[in-house]
Amino acid sequence: MRILRYVLIYGLLVIFGFVYTVPFFWMLSTSFKTLAQTLRFPPEWIPGPWAFENYPNGWVGAFDFNIFFRNSLAITGNAVAAQMTSSVLIAYAFARIRVPERGFLFAIVLATMMIPPQVTLIPQYILFTKFGWVETWLPLMIPQWTGWPLFVFMLRQFFRTLPADLDDAARIDGCGSFRILWHVLLPNMRPALATVAIFTFVGNWNDFLHPLLYLSRDDNTTLAVGLNMFRGQYRTQFNEMMAVAVLILLPVILIFFFFQQYFVRGIALTGIKG
Amino acid sequence: MATVVTRVFRRIRPGPLSPGGKRRLEFYLYISPWLVGLVLFWGVPIMASFVISFYDWKLLSPGEFAAFENYAKLGTDRRFKEALWQTIYYTLGSVPLNVMVALAAAILVNQKVRGVTLFRTLFYLPSVTAGVAVSILWYWMFNPDFGLFNWFLGLVGIPGIGWIWDHNWAMPSVILMSAWSIGANMVIFLAGLQGIPDHLYDAVDVDGATRYQRFRHVTLPMLSPVIFFVSVITVVQSFQVFTNIYVMTRGERGTMVLALYLFFKGFEDLKMGYASAIAVVLFVITGVIALLQFRLSGAWVYYEEEEGQ
Repeated sequence: MRILRYVLIYGLLVIFGFVYTVPFFWMLSTSFKTLAQTLRFPPEWIPGPWAFENYPNGWVGAFDFNIFFRNSLAITGNAVAAQMTSSVLIAYAFARIRVPERGFLFAIVLATMMIPPQVTLIPQYILFTKFGWVETWLPLMIPQWTGWPLFVFMLRQFFRTLPADLDDAARIDGCGSFRILWHVLLPNMRPALATVAIFTFVGNWNDFLHPLLYLSRDDNTTLAVGLNMFRGQYRTQFNEMMAVAVLILLPVILIFFFFQQYFVRGIALTGIKG
Repeated sequence: MATVVTRVFRRIRPGPLSPGGKRRLEFYLYISPWLVGLVLFWGVPIMASFVISFYDWKLLSPGEFAAFENYAKLGTDRRFKEALWQTIYYTLGSVPLNVMVALAAAILVNQKVRGVTLFRTLFYLPSVTAGVAVSILWYWMFNPDFGLFNWFLGLVGIPGIGWIWDHNWAMPSVILMSAWSIGANMVIFLAGLQGIPDHLYDAVDVDGATRYQRFRHVTLPMLSPVIFFVSVITVVQSFQVFTNIYVMTRGERGTMVLALYLFFKGFEDLKMGYASAIAVVLFVITGVIALLQFRLSGAWVYYEEEEGQ
């Protein structure tokens, strides 16, 4: 009976696991095939001959993905730095500084979490056009410095797990609120900060809608839009497309494998997806 | 004595900042980035959406005041009604599928067997990789001639179908793809499952409950707030689906959901007034769902709980 149960569980795990990973194997397999082999049916899983050249040819071919990569890195890097600063400061105030209207303001933070980005898309576009920001990185960079409701909420929950005695002891020693944050609380917040950094990285690296809207040139846009441009020109070259897709996903997958406990913790604490 | 004097002195002549005032100043200093963003990137745009929706606003210049004309047009716009229906189709298809698969996966990876964390990682991975790259991957898997899906169907003796290229199958294909990204919901369910106290299971075990009865009478009721919460969040997110559909079908063959229709109306037809009216509809729908959530769910009341300090 017990053995039967183990067989059942492992059987289901393997089937489930197979279904969820097969697309990745298919992507890898396609990325090493010659164009002729991608057009064979039934499909062959093992590439032969191995077309390693898909990677360099796709990456620096019609489009220079080095440029897209640089752009994505700059935009994502800014977002990580911005969220680590702004969301932390905002969340700290909501967790630790008591003013009567705090509850009301925090309810607004929660409410903005529910608003679909499409609702603010058009007025924001008009606003950024008036600023002269279209075709610059600014629409993707500046708003990051105003914090993100999900992270404010998540960090506030983390702050509240730290005992208030820590603050009190530091306050008696004459620390102001910023020194309490910097010297007392933040050193205890490394996992929370890592969670914010990773969610921000993945979210911005994968973002498509905003760069699609604001960055249309092949010298200023990001990997996501670049890959879509590539697809537009080479509708059928799936081997090179998949090679580029593998390279674009690689940083995200690596980060996920190394830091997955932070994803799990972040989601478990807020009950919300990044 | 000295302190009493100071206290009295303070009361008579409060400095420019009383302790409470200083605290408030600090509070607003810390949250000032959020306040700027709230006004500039949320508040003003949301209100502007309402205003613009009453104008015949083309490209970037305000046109004629149109009163309710845009909304009247929505009522007669066949494509808008289709978009509304297709959004509901997507929601009704993807949310139950997503929630059930995520729950099943969570129960599976909650079993105490060796190597289960590896599978947890594998099930989670697709939701991290969401975006254009993965949408193109699925676009390729859905290829009717050389794709993975028709090959699978062929293996079990079913003739291939057109997937995203077939008007009847395009939306089910998109829904199928959504069931791949269950990772976040799975983790929420997993946390919920692990929060169910063991003594509840012990209690029904004493009565000789079967595995199904344990699930039906302990797991499910204990998990119901989480299931409700996950469902609502997934519904709200299903109204925002954009990238997958934009990349795979561009809204053709019966997959034009609201978010996509808004995008095309606003940024390709440059009818920003009309697109704003769609945004207002989207906002109202999401608002109603969010309101339901705040009112109905006990799992969603963080700001009312007792302060930790």
